Amino acid sequence: MAGTSKRSMSPHSSQPSSPRTSSCEMFGYVGIEAVLDQLKIKAMKTGFEFNIMVVGRSGLGKSTMVNTLFKSKVWKSSPVNKLGPLPQTLQLQSVTHTIEEKGVKLKLTVTDTPGFGDQINNDKCWDPILNYINDQYEHYLQEEVLITRQHHIPDTRVHICVYFVPPTGHCLRPLDIEFLRRLCRVVNVVPVIARADSLTLEEREAFRWQIQEDLKKNGIFVYPQKCFDEDTNDKALNDKIREKIPFAVVGADREHIVNGKCVLGRKTKWGIIEAPICRTSKTSPIMFTMKIIEYTD
Amino acid sequence: MDKEYVGFAALPSQLHRKSVKKGFEFTLMVAGESGLGKSTLINSLFLTDLYKDRLIPDASARLSQTLTIERRGVEIEEEGIKVKLTLVDTPGFGDAVDNGDCWMPVVRFIEEQFEQYLRDESGLNRKNIQDSRVHCCLYFISPFGRGLRPLDVAFLRAVHDKVNIVPVIGKADALTPKETQILKQKIREQLEEQEINIYQFPDCDSDEDEDFKKQDAEMKESIPFAVIGSSTVVRDGATRPVRGRLYPWGAAEVENPHHCDFLNLRRMLVQTHLQDLKEVTHDLLYEGYRARCLQSLARPGARERTGRSKLSRQSATEIPLPMLPLADTEKLIREKDEELRRMQEMLEKMQAQMQQSQGEQSDVL
Repeated sequence: MAGTSKRSMSPHSSQPSSPRTSSCEMFGYVGIEAVLDQLKIKAMKTGFEFNIMVVGRSGLGKSTMVNTLFKSKVWKSSPVNKLGPLPQTLQLQSVTHTIEEKGVKLKLTVTDTPGFGDQINNDKCWDPILNYINDQYEHYLQEEVLITRQHHIPDTRVHICVYFVPPTGHCLRPLDIEFLRRLCRVVNVVPVIARADSLTLEEREAFRWQIQEDLKKNGIFVYPQKCFDEDTNDKALNDKIREKIPFAVVGADREHIVNGKCVLGRKTKWGIIEAPICRTSKTSPIMFTMKIIEYTD
Repeated sequence: MDKEYVGFAALPSQLHRKSVKKGFEFTLMVAGESGLGKSTLINSLFLTDLYKDRLIPDASARLSQTLTIERRGVEIEEEGIKVKLTLVDTPGFGDAVDNGDCWMPVVRFIEEQFEQYLRDESGLNRKNIQDSRVHCCLYFISPFGRGLRPLDVAFLRAVHDKVNIVPVIGKADALTPKETQILKQKIREQLEEQEINIYQFPDCDSDEDEDFKKQDAEMKESIPFAVIGSSTVVRDGATRPVRGRLYPWGAAEVENPHHCDFLNLRRMLVQTHLQDLKEVTHDLLYEGYRARCLQSLARPGARERTGRSKLSRQSATEIPLPMLPLADTEKLIREKDEELRRMQEMLEKMQAQMQQSQGEQSDVL
């Protein structure tokens, strides 16, 4: 009667030692799909954790970008005239906020890297960053190997590193390549064209193509990596994203009135640049859903 | 005595005719990191395509690139006046991971030009000296930074006493008007703090009209110039076609004074201060170089020979020949001494003649 009714619960359970499961016919409504609701409720209770690191030269709009992406003042960007001298060595600064949308809580940690690439000699300026990332992994590993583990290990590992490329319009600079080459091995890297409002559409496309070529030539694999594509749906979705990488972004934290509605944008003498136009709207939903789920694997 | 018309009021037009025949030479250097719109701006400034066959190296080529100095020459003619423009470019500046001392080739280049001029000046045939000294350096500052970066400061300090520096903010269409003001203010403060001498516009004479004075003041206020360059023509709505950059949200016009300072820069560089830049290069910067050079080469042995040759401009050293090996230097110095003595004698003779003829003239009058 009951017989062999082992139902496979997760789509990717490919442990070599698990017994072979065969799907069997269901004779009525059991209510298994309610598991999804249970997962959802559980997730909403515990909340999500997400750690972003932003890397790039000063003045590329990193803090403004983070604020625009999360539509809140996550990071207070300092105005130009109040800045002190640039720090001599790279110092990482983290800020943690809990933001909530439709009942879902997100514990967001943003790590900034002021002073990256600003000195005359930028050799090994990526070392502090690599050390920080490895330290977080080390910390998590320590918690994992404890005999009595915590119920929920706080995850401070960097989930994604957003690298801001200055909009020169030519190609990646040697510093960009050195950094990306080293970091793509330890963390998910997403290169982004910063301050893209200084490039016309043709220039943007040419620059994007050039960067993709440079990345390929130097063996730099950015997120989403091809080797982690699981099935054809994933591949299709990821391919669409891969075409668009590096994303060209414009951040804005001032509001202007355009056609009667209030939008975030930058106002110049020849027009108003609305922040969502430059493809940022594609990055936020995609990045979130994909990162949070896939990344914790 | 009736009022006589001597006729020297026609001197300026004689000078004008002569200069037009001779033509003008101007050497302009552009420096700054790659990707700041330097080549586009040069093409826009002089309305020529100086960079027609340029190949932008890709990233892997950049990894092993060192700073090179490139010269491009072009003859521009407008209304019968010829200008031989030499453009000095510095590709590879600030591109490497370690940019320590990356400005040394530039400094050396500028000094080599001064040295060449010094030699030519001290030579026998001084009629047709080719002036290849750098008259002006347009230094491009990134609009994305927070003012001058350490590399900018280091470069400017290395060259500010050798060349006229005009700081320029490239790709200024990346900034809103308020951001532009703040950045300009910050740069001005930093330049003062770091004691960097940029090219100072001479104050206009008090008898100029109000408009000119106003224009002059405006120009001085807008340093560093925030510029946009473009070699494409856009049509903005119903108005006439203008040079600019077309974005989905509007068109930034190059020659619109509300959009950027391109017109000011062009007016300054070409229309009003071209000659002044050359003069400052000659009178201030070159003289400074010459003084330093001669002082540094004053050897103890040289002081014995000072009795023989006294130059009118400089006290007590021989003409320096810094590049030659030591063995030949002595011989050359002696030869040059001879030359100098001969020239002194000729000069004295000519002076005596002039005095005589002046004396005769005043007698007649």
